[in-house]
Amino acid sequence: MSLTQLVGIFLAAILTENYILCKFFGICPFLGVSKKLDTALGMSAAVTFVMVLATAVTWPIYTFILVPKELDYLQTLVFILVIAGLVQLVEIVLKKYMPPLYNALGIYLPLITTNCAVLGVTMLVLDKGVENPSFGYIASLVNALGAGIGFLVAMVMFAGVRERLESCDIPKSLQGLPITLVSASLVACSFLGFNGIVDKLLQ
Amino acid sequence: MAEKKPLIKELTKGIIKENPVLCLVLGTCPTLAVTTGVSSALGMGVAATAVLVCSNAVISALRKVIPNKVRIPAYITIIAAFVTIVQMIVKAYAPSLNDALGVYLPLIVVNCIILGRAEMFASKNKVLPSALDGLGMGIGFTAALFLMGSIREILGAGSWFGLPIPVISSSPILIFILPPGGFFVFGMLMAAANKINSKPVKKTEEIGCAACPMRGSCGKLAEGEECAK
Repeated sequence: MSLTQLVGIFLAAILTENYILCKFFGICPFLGVSKKLDTALGMSAAVTFVMVLATAVTWPIYTFILVPKELDYLQTLVFILVIAGLVQLVEIVLKKYMPPLYNALGIYLPLITTNCAVLGVTMLVLDKGVENPSFGYIASLVNALGAGIGFLVAMVMFAGVRERLESCDIPKSLQGLPITLVSASLVACSFLGFNGIVDKLLQ
Repeated sequence: MAEKKPLIKELTKGIIKENPVLCLVLGTCPTLAVTTGVSSALGMGVAATAVLVCSNAVISALRKVIPNKVRIPAYITIIAAFVTIVQMIVKAYAPSLNDALGVYLPLIVVNCIILGRAEMFASKNKVLPSALDGLGMGIGFTAALFLMGSIREILGAGSWFGLPIPVISSSPILIFILPPGGFFVFGMLMAAANKINSKPVKKTEEIGCAACPMRGSCGKLAEGEECAK
């Protein structure tokens, strides 16, 4: 796999396959944490970190253990346990060796286990590998990193939008989540504009 | 008879009063992702209901065996087992549904509704009420998905269950089956539910937070701003 292709995968994961706005993964943290810029940043950093790490671990497990032993139907069960264990491990390691980072990510780390974006990315890269055999380990890792950065971009953009919403006069039944979803819809519209741009860029 | 009334209540509360999607705001990811068509929305709802009923029943049966400290991993394992079973059944008997749902089928495992009900209801109640609670919540979830799927498919593709609808099918509003349409329809439905329930919006948000297993990550509780009340 050439470098151009990897760049293409990376950009596609951020823009055209944005995990929040195009694939609807991780809507709960998207709606919950995007109220303030710093919490949005912290959450997305933690998600990106775990996404790459989880893909790095689950890809070999699936390819070298589950598939040869014909246990691939256990994928869901194994992946969720691996991710849960991994998150716990990361928490312990960070607490011991990198306290500042631990404090920054803090409360977000343990709850990433139930974030569907992480489980989603580990499964989607495997699907892509089935469709296209050249989509190997490195490509999967790049895709996971791109997905995390895409998560970050969407969160940060949306935090900006929400800060402006605060001062608006909104009809009563639209207050709170409904108006947030409608504005998310407008942000998602802007991401539609990227459709096809990555393919054209690399042709 | 005195015993039966509350049981029926467990079943019906999930459908309207505590609808998991529109009132409790749980399970938003599949709600938005699979509602591009009615049939995939319905399939998702039925699959999630099956998992919800089984996992609620098993978790409630094991509620005295599972140590409190490791309950969440234990719940996730039980749920994942049922998701795997459902996944295999769907793959064997409804391969087209499997293709339509794709990765969202295994992702039922991290659906907030299921873990939320396990934590809030099944871990405290007997087997039968828990199974009924799961069934009610599942029907509520399916109904919400069905409604959203119908709106999006009729407006966005001009068809219903794949059958073309005369006037709209000539010029469907494509945006409704694209991601922005999902957010928009969901927002509007939630606004309608707020209007009908005519409860202050903040209150529904509070319930949503307290029930959601993601509540720690969602920052609202942690910041203690709105939900600390």
